[in-house]
Amino acid sequence: MEMINLTIDHKPVVVRKGTTVLKAASSIGIDIPTLCYMKLDDMNIENKPGGCRVCVVEVKGRRNLAPACCTEATEGMEISTHTIRVVNARRTVVELILSDHPADCLICAKSGNCELQDMAHHLGIRQIHYEGEKSMYREDTSPAIIRDINKCIMCRRCETMCNDVQTVGVLSAINRGFNAVVAPAFEMNLDHSVCTYCGQCVAVCPTGALTEVDQTGAVIRALADPTKTVIVQTAPAVRAALGEEFGMPAGTLVTGKMVAALRRLGFDYVFDTDFAADLTILEEGTELLNRLSAYMAGDQNVKLPILTSCCPAWVKFFEHSFPELKDIPSTARSPQQMFGSIAKTYFADKIKVKRENLVVVSIMPCLAKKYESSRPEFAVNGNPDVDYALTTRELAHLINLGNIEFKSLPNEEFDSPLGESTGAAVIFGTTGGVIEAAVRTAYEIFTGKPLPRVDFEELRGMDGLRKATIDFNGTPIHIGIAHGLGSARKLLEDIQAGHSEFHAIEIMSCPGGCIGGGGQPYHHGNAEILKKRQRAIYSEDRNKTLRKSHENPYITKLYEEFLGAPMSEKAHHLLHTKYFDRS
Amino acid sequence: MPGIKLSEKTIGIIQQVCSDFRNEGSELINVLHQTQGKLGYLPAEVQEVIAKELNISVAKVYGVVTFYSFFTMIPMGEHPISICMGTACYVRGSEQVLAEFKRQLSIEVGQSTPDNKFSLNCLRCVGACGLAPVVMVGDKVYGRVSPQMVKNIISEYKEGCASEAKSA
Repeated sequence: MEMINLTIDHKPVVVRKGTTVLKAASSIGIDIPTLCYMKLDDMNIENKPGGCRVCVVEVKGRRNLAPACCTEATEGMEISTHTIRVVNARRTVVELILSDHPADCLICAKSGNCELQDMAHHLGIRQIHYEGEKSMYREDTSPAIIRDINKCIMCRRCETMCNDVQTVGVLSAINRGFNAVVAPAFEMNLDHSVCTYCGQCVAVCPTGALTEVDQTGAVIRALADPTKTVIVQTAPAVRAALGEEFGMPAGTLVTGKMVAALRRLGFDYVFDTDFAADLTILEEGTELLNRLSAYMAGDQNVKLPILTSCCPAWVKFFEHSFPELKDIPSTARSPQQMFGSIAKTYFADKIKVKRENLVVVSIMPCLAKKYESSRPEFAVNGNPDVDYALTTRELAHLINLGNIEFKSLPNEEFDSPLGESTGAAVIFGTTGGVIEAAVRTAYEIFTGKPLPRVDFEELRGMDGLRKATIDFNGTPIHIGIAHGLGSARKLLEDIQAGHSEFHAIEIMSCPGGCIGGGGQPYHHGNAEILKKRQRAIYSEDRNKTLRKSHENPYITKLYEEFLGAPMSEKAHHLLHTKYFDRS
Repeated sequence: MPGIKLSEKTIGIIQQVCSDFRNEGSELINVLHQTQGKLGYLPAEVQEVIAKELNISVAKVYGVVTFYSFFTMIPMGEHPISICMGTACYVRGSEQVLAEFKRQLSIEVGQSTPDNKFSLNCLRCVGACGLAPVVMVGDKVYGRVSPQMVKNIISEYKEGCASEAKSA
């Protein structure tokens, strides 16, 4: 490996050939400010268009300033990162960006979390010396994502996520010069495009150009309405990240405090999506076993591999891009929708509340869940099974609005019965978790024997594509796992070409799974945060007494009292769905 | 999406162009260039076929089409009129010439006349700065054009005069 010697701010540095000036500087503790640049380690995600010019540095002997993020270090280079020329250039660049930016920071959805605002603060911008034309682009609202392109600084991070990571290909830079914007083809609105609402563009947007549809107002109104019974469900990944919004270190589990906060906000019952995750495993696991048994009995028509169907962005992705495979995914609804369906039938009956007067709110790490809850097949006579799907970030706003001192809350328990769950359910929040939960149950039902171990390390990790073979007492079951839609696409293309050797495949749209969802607290490019959230999820699993979905006594009771058996006609009606060709 | 349905023949033409460039995404600009040469313009439906053939997103194709002023999404007239807006032509009054063309034809830049006879576009330098301001109609170059000459230029291409104009 060829090594390069250079100096940065008079300090000698030795780096490998090919290293950028930005990374060379960071290796000796010099942080060059960046704006458009983004790198998510371990996921091979890097965005360095060199577009914003905030990271410019002075290179001795070179006439122009050089962008550190995309300039390679060369032998003998002498770099200065904060000469007056550099600092002035940086300030000019940011002032120019601000000169074409709506100055509504006080009321912007991104206020306090905006990288442009932070940069203006960092550089001490107190005056904008330039005045010129301002972008006047229409706002685009979809069921999940709002595009306010006037706040776009053309960093192109969303494009990197949408095209390179997710391979969805909705967003691209179009037009030229001052008129350039990032938009879907033919400048159509997102809801007419193949957008999956995965929200990864929102997760990385440095400004308020891409934000979620805010439903907190509607939830507050429901909570204030005395005629409504308002219940809430919380997805597994939320508890591993919500604490970050209140200054707690990444990876802090806040399950008990979250429950306490929701109760103080006035929800009549605080339930857990994990309950529905256990239910999902029974339905999806039974479906897997049915297909497996038929396959082994020589049925040529059986569709294998079975694909998980918990992730609404993934569902929309295959409906658009792989409609010919729409018979392969499990027909099981996602835990969010199973919860809504059971809440508005079984539970509504139990507490003698009419469907119309029961409001189901979900707290999700996800933007696509907003879209999913609005799908017409998940409503009865126009009344949706899930009324509002808030993100982790929106819940944090609600808690702040409610004047609740989150950190000093006591730990409280979920309400019964829809709040009881096993460890198998909580790991739904990370890549590899759904399939591990399914394996724990399917193994015992398939073999009729207790699992020799509960933890399946071979299914865990952060690689985009993973595979493992689990021995079902003599029958090898081949399992594939993909997170990030780009990885999912590779597996799907293999299936299409008939090369897939898998029996079951888990797919989650967001890198890391739901812990990295588009509705989670902003990680600002720090992939370590995702790993910490993942560890928190597995630790909650380890601390549970029950760790297999079929051992959840409240699920057993639900089948006895209401559903009959997994895949029964009633279960089909309430817990399963069908997919549409949207190509 | 605008509802033009492409004929099998048109789709065949586009597919042929794409396969001439080995269906490689990196050949997008060449593919667009050739397709526009054959079809006259690149409407949304054409871009969708190209995206599919080259296995790239429609958004990317649209991004390139809108970046280069050469590419057009609306059909060009039988006689495409281009007014040079390069520096030399501009300082010698091409803006006034353009205004006169707009007035005479009652269309804006990028539009075609209702009978599809003329379309109006701007371009950047045809390499004839000595003749500034320069106007092109089809392949024919007109030099030192003044607003007063616009009416005559247009009438050259009106019914019956086209052949005469070509030989000029």
